[in-house]
Amino acid sequence: MSSILITILFLSSIGIVAAIILYLFAQKFKVLENPIIYDVEDALPAANCGGCGYPGCRNFAEACVNSDSLDDLYCPVGGQETMDIVANLLGKEAKQTDPRVAVIRCSGSFKNRPRTNHYDGASSCAVASALYVGDTDCPVGCLNMDDCVEVCEFEAIYMNRKTGLPVVIDEKCTACGACVKACPRDIIELRKRNKKDRQIFVSCINKEKGGIATKYCSVACIGCTKCFKVCEFEAIIMGNNLAFIDSDMCALCRRCVPECPTDAILEINFQPVRTKTDKENKTASDKISEKVKADIKE
Amino acid sequence: MRINQALKTYKRGGIHPAEYKLTDKSPVQILPLPEQVTILLSQHIGVPAIPVVSKGDTVKVGQLIGHGKGFVSANIHSSVSGKVVKIDSLPDLTGYKKPAVVIEVEGDEWEENIIQSTDLKEDITLSEDEILEKIRESGIVGLGGAAFPSHVKLILPKNKKAEALIINGVECEPYLTSDHRLMLEYGEEMMVGIRILMKVLNVRKAMIGIENNKADAIYHLTDIASKFPGIEVYPLKVKYPQGSEKQLIKALTGREVPSLKLPVDVGVIVHNVSTAYAIYEAVQKNKPLINRIITVSGKSLKKPSNFVVRIGTPIQFLIEAAGGLPENTGKVISGGLMMGKAFNSLDVPVIKGMSGILVLPEDETKRKTIEPCIRCSKCVTVCPMGLEPYLLMPLTQDGNFYRLEKEMVLDCLECGSCSYICPANRPLLDYIRLGKTDVNKIIRERR
Repeated sequence: MSSILITILFLSSIGIVAAIILYLFAQKFKVLENPIIYDVEDALPAANCGGCGYPGCRNFAEACVNSDSLDDLYCPVGGQETMDIVANLLGKEAKQTDPRVAVIRCSGSFKNRPRTNHYDGASSCAVASALYVGDTDCPVGCLNMDDCVEVCEFEAIYMNRKTGLPVVIDEKCTACGACVKACPRDIIELRKRNKKDRQIFVSCINKEKGGIATKYCSVACIGCTKCFKVCEFEAIIMGNNLAFIDSDMCALCRRCVPECPTDAILEINFQPVRTKTDKENKTASDKISEKVKADIKE
Repeated sequence: MRINQALKTYKRGGIHPAEYKLTDKSPVQILPLPEQVTILLSQHIGVPAIPVVSKGDTVKVGQLIGHGKGFVSANIHSSVSGKVVKIDSLPDLTGYKKPAVVIEVEGDEWEENIIQSTDLKEDITLSEDEILEKIRESGIVGLGGAAFPSHVKLILPKNKKAEALIINGVECEPYLTSDHRLMLEYGEEMMVGIRILMKVLNVRKAMIGIENNKADAIYHLTDIASKFPGIEVYPLKVKYPQGSEKQLIKALTGREVPSLKLPVDVGVIVHNVSTAYAIYEAVQKNKPLINRIITVSGKSLKKPSNFVVRIGTPIQFLIEAAGGLPENTGKVISGGLMMGKAFNSLDVPVIKGMSGILVLPEDETKRKTIEPCIRCSKCVTVCPMGLEPYLLMPLTQDGNFYRLEKEMVLDCLECGSCSYICPANRPLLDYIRLGKTDVNKIIRERR
């Protein structure tokens, strides 16, 4: 019996001594941290995607607490709501920033852009782009080898095997910018998110002259300035044989879309345009239906 | 004939791919002039040359058309006589567009000061500075493949001294025989070129390294070398990549060039045999670099041959001369089988650094399916620089560039031995090359 007692006492005394030593060391080497950092970190989405420019959410929280203003800090995943919560916690003011969404600026599908050779090297856009022009003649177009798909943490982008072009799922995209960095050809752009995820953009970044550009892709921007002339909002910028629609200026009037001779301007999530004949037909059919309704009532 | 004795070679790594030297017995043929040449203004490492002619000008053979501005750059000369029809951006062998001058051939009129006779001119009358100026003016670049401007290599950094000159006649790549034929047919001219190089560098010793599979060239050059004091010929064991600068220095002198250092740090300068010949022509005959010997080879080709080709000749023209493109062709490669790059299209022109054109049938070019790494460490065994390719590939995929730099990825000479030996068919070199460019980018930003 006594041997058991001695053992228990001996072990617990070792435990107490060790606890005291640990306590003293913990006091000596205590790291003073602002407790508000934890609160800010809790408010963040914990995606650790690096979209804010910091390695993770913890570092971003530290930066928010330590900096004087939140002007240069923005969490693209959480968006304005999260930044407002962070600003409330810290008693600072968050700058109003519009939510953004990634857009693929290339329409060179298998149909539009004929393949001129076959690539069988390492399946990576970065490797292929460093090696040569790609399996079409277009030196700036999509290489369709999944670099952007692999890098997306939110599964917001997938490769359409029929067209050979990546597709962004607007609801899932957080505009963290990982795909923008991964694309060796700078095709992907972060644009302002509009109502119902509507988007109008020039889906080409080719700077060649029209004649050369259309040779290797039928939907290339040829820099004809037709869209530039028709735009009332000064949203279209011309340069280097290429048109660019500024998403902050664009009013989504869709006037430029039918002007484009090569269909390089894309509209996403819009209802199809009603032509005049459609309208007349519809009004006629409406009248008929009204008549029918009236008949039924009678 | 193979001498089965202890020959010099380097120790670490290396492979021995099948040689396929189909054209080592066929003499060099002079190719007729094409109708049109496209001369790229960036055929060398460094700043592209600036065009000094304009559209509509008539030019003669050897006339300056691109002025190499800056220290690391090279002049570009017209290789034909005729009319400049276009100065535009045109695709090179990668398909990306580079500035180029297109000349329509009319007759064959040479600049007056170029001596066209083939008589050997042995005595070197010019001083060191005059020779250097001549090499710079003539736009000579390293003809082994890298196309580094030769005059830059010949101006030694201060407080450094060269003790020996090494001439690279190894030609370890399969198929290629252009250097082999040059050594056999223009041996004496090349020797004078080596004397010129020795004079500029102020060295007394020159070593020509030739692999043992070129026995006729070794005998021939040993014969001639007795007339040129200071020049010696060394047979080397057949091993790839012995033609690489650092491996050749190790094989011949036993000295190892430290990581990220230049050969001059161990007191040697390396030049290719073709460069020595081009320097002879530039200094003794006033002839700028306007043509070179190119091997056009491949098992499926009708007439694999060695051609003397004007710079700027379309590749299509060369392949027609070698019997036309076979139907089952899968790839056409510029350079050697191991390090060469596949052509994007056959309309691209010959450039200074192109040593061969290989036509490969489709069934030989297909890559096999990539399988997971089985950690057999074959790539580590064959790497001539002692790197760990199996590790460098995932590091590049993860974007861990700081670790890559620590693993000495910049020492990689892109010989492709690792990809060649890998039993799991992993594209090791493709990723290592990407890692190298990214690490270089980081280092440049750090400055």
